[in-house]
Amino acid sequence: MHRENRLVTINKLVKKFDISGGFLDQLKIENKKIVRKKTFVHAVNDVSFTVNKGEILSVVGESGCGKSTLARVVVGLYSPWSGEIFYKDKRIDNLDGSQMLSYRKKMQMIFQDPYASLNPRMTVKKTLEEPLRFHEPSISNSEIEEKVLYVMEQVGVNPKWADRYPHEFSGGQRQRVSIARALMVDPEFIVADEPISALDVSIQAQILNLLMDARDNFGLTYMLITHDLSVVEHISTRVCVMYLGTVCEIAPVRNIFSNPLHPYTQALLSAIPKPGVKKKEHIKLKGEVPTPIVLPTGCVFHTRCLYADERCRREIPKPLSYDNGESFVACHGVEEKRI
Amino acid sequence: MDKWKKFKESYFLYSFLRDPVAIVSFIIFLFLVIVSFSAPLIAPHDPYDTSTISIMDSEIPPVWYGEGDDNFILGTDSQGRDMLSTMMYGMRVSIIIGIGAVALQAFLGVVIGLLSGYIGGRVDAFFMRLADIQLSFSTLMVAIFISAIFQTAFGVGKYSEYAVPILVLIIGIAEWPQYARTVRASVLGEKEKEYVEAAKVIGFGSRWIMFRHILPNTLSPVFVISTIQVANAVMSEAALSFLGLGMPVTKPSLGSLINLGFEYIFSGSWWITIFPGILLIILVLVVNLLGDWLRDVLNPKLYKG
Repeated sequence: MHRENRLVTINKLVKKFDISGGFLDQLKIENKKIVRKKTFVHAVNDVSFTVNKGEILSVVGESGCGKSTLARVVVGLYSPWSGEIFYKDKRIDNLDGSQMLSYRKKMQMIFQDPYASLNPRMTVKKTLEEPLRFHEPSISNSEIEEKVLYVMEQVGVNPKWADRYPHEFSGGQRQRVSIARALMVDPEFIVADEPISALDVSIQAQILNLLMDARDNFGLTYMLITHDLSVVEHISTRVCVMYLGTVCEIAPVRNIFSNPLHPYTQALLSAIPKPGVKKKEHIKLKGEVPTPIVLPTGCVFHTRCLYADERCRREIPKPLSYDNGESFVACHGVEEKRI
Repeated sequence: MDKWKKFKESYFLYSFLRDPVAIVSFIIFLFLVIVSFSAPLIAPHDPYDTSTISIMDSEIPPVWYGEGDDNFILGTDSQGRDMLSTMMYGMRVSIIIGIGAVALQAFLGVVIGLLSGYIGGRVDAFFMRLADIQLSFSTLMVAIFISAIFQTAFGVGKYSEYAVPILVLIIGIAEWPQYARTVRASVLGEKEKEYVEAAKVIGFGSRWIMFRHILPNTLSPVFVISTIQVANAVMSEAALSFLGLGMPVTKPSLGSLINLGFEYIFSGSWWITIFPGILLIILVLVVNLLGDWLRDVLNPKLYKG
């Protein structure tokens, strides 16, 4: 792929959370000496990838693997511990508030819980107007009104309901309003953090279709955080598999599902229930996900990997890219061609 | 006209007209406020005018007693002032101090609570420890402390001249931690919600997010404590008056009238205490009932959910 096709690029992104508490909580006794020790949760470790214009990049992984943290770092809700984020060719992670504003417009986010993501004291109309008034102070009232009605129609919420409060809507309708809010400022890139997992199954398909339609109508690019693998197979362009804050593998959706390379991807995909497949053909991983406070040495997956050897325990695998850098896999086994 | 029409169709008015308790409370409250604030016009006597007061008229019982005087319907106090007029003037002072002090408390408490809840870290630690320190003294002690400083600084004569604003200031400063803690607790709950994150992603500044998004969602408990605090402020003022640090005897509030009569209650002059007491209870009760109704209206989840 060409350089100009890149929309968002993440380079060696690290996010840690300090959970050591107050000064007195940090003091520990070690070798009969009092030392000050900080404790961190390593939520995202050294993650690099690119989101191309117009694609849907799905980020999958089990609970607690850092998907949501990654999403929030990318849109700038959390500042990264280290690493770089580029929007097109401009580095945006070190910008201050006012410089960031024009990029805020371009990057929007859709949240998981439609019951919490709308301000309960603001009517739908107010919720939708506010971002536009903020970003385009010169725009006239009638233009704002027009835009609100247009976007409401686009997301399938009756414009007659503009003066209603969020609690008067169902979960699916609220999620539509929440998508409408993101669309109000004409974004190019939308990070969707599990946008359908809090919804009723019958509504999930509608919201997914809405997201797909919005992509075509507004020319959007998505980074979709999810743990629903059937959704991933249905809508994504590429898939990024995460485990314990680290990216295991990124590949186009067809390759991931037909030919997963990384042992974790293989195990994850074999967990999808399929009719006619006997239970013992699932790959069963031993043990639990290690704590992100003390990461395993070497490859983070080695404690549960069926193929781990001495090198995996010692050395952190480097991403092995192929397919013009569109796909990569981080595994010693794949590199040594023993898997 | 347009606004009036909007108001006529609003849920606010609708729920008010459907709630007899609220209507009765509002009528009584409005009556008390009008009576007290128009006291200089409608009161039969002027208790502030010493030339019309005669010590010979002191402790006259209410008019339905044999010794009663038609001139003084509810009797007179120990200085010969007409009880009815003094209560009207006194209620005006009590209402002004109560509402003024609560407005100051609410302003201080809401701003401090919002800042410490939203910013967190050192700002939070500083203000909350300050609140802890202040709450570990009793409110009255803080109030006495502050008013003693004022009295020494300005002199007693000046103090009684500016007693009302000073009492507002004293009671306002003494009780802000109540608000700050309540607001901070709800801010901590609200700021984790996704609508706040959505506002951040849109790019709003923290001041806008704090005051336009979080504050409206933390106001219900503020209204509820405000009603209790009005009562508390009136009580604090009464207690301060009793200790000689509140309203001077020449300009009594309801609280100082109660305390004034307290000395005479065992000598049979019960009316000096009981009438202001009943009035105070009615005032506080009515404010509380209105506050309850207001809370129900202002929380849209309660009425439409």
